[in-house]
Amino acid sequence: MSDLVVGQELITGNITLTRFSLVRYAGASGDFNPIHYRDDVAASVGLPGVLAHGMLTMGLAVQPVIDWMGDRGELVEYGVRFTRPVVVDGNGGVVVTVSAKVGAIEDDVTRIDLTVSAANQTVLGKSQVRVKLNK
Amino acid sequence: MNKELEGRVFPPTTPYLVGREKVREFARAVFAQSPLNHDPEAAKAAGFVDVVAPPTFAVVIQEAGLALLLAAPDTGIDFSRIVHGEQKFTYTRPIVAGDELTAILTVTSIKSLGGNDMITAETAISDATGEHVVTATSVLVMRGTE
Repeated sequence: MSDLVVGQELITGNITLTRFSLVRYAGASGDFNPIHYRDDVAASVGLPGVLAHGMLTMGLAVQPVIDWMGDRGELVEYGVRFTRPVVVDGNGGVVVTVSAKVGAIEDDVTRIDLTVSAANQTVLGKSQVRVKLNK
Repeated sequence: MNKELEGRVFPPTTPYLVGREKVREFARAVFAQSPLNHDPEAAKAAGFVDVVAPPTFAVVIQEAGLALLLAAPDTGIDFSRIVHGEQKFTYTRPIVAGDELTAILTVTSIKSLGGNDMITAETAISDATGEHVVTATSVLVMRGTE
């Protein structure tokens, strides 16, 4: 898509994750590791609190790009590094912020770079979505 | 970790039939709101046979491959020290409800870095006709015992 330029901000959004979100993701994904819903288990293995599943963070972080793209293209590749845990408070939860910008344009593939943060720290590294846009 | 794991190809997983309600359930769990994920008519209008799974749904199929790896007796993997380091999906097409998917996991690399072991597992996921759908690549980090 020729009207995109490298560095261009595409979309930004916030999602609030609560313990409900974690239990729902556990059921949907089949990942029932108790560090994602039990404070006592999380504490016993030295974690700062109950953590969101890395794959939940990865899963929700790509959605703004999917919505932005709509039927104008297809997903080629999506990869992330899990660099920091997302601690989900039992009362207020945590707000995860996702912003997407154009990282590179390589022939017919556009690389979109995501910045994903929670509690003012980035939680995913090298979070890149490659799409083929057709209109 | 057993270095001889590198290059090992595990047997195909039991076929996983992707259900429409499972796709919807997973879509809700990852905050996916597109009608393609929830409404079969919208999906059909866009050229898919049924609702489309969100991009990371492939992790559910990858999990079956990883279970074979973690259950193998000679890996030297201590599951309690495993952390998910990286994840990548490379798509040929989206997963849709009705797909019957089989995964074949290959250990592509074993590395030691700063006292930790890193294992890269590539899970190729194919449909009932044997056509490639998506490859899920996971880097698992086994923390050193210090």
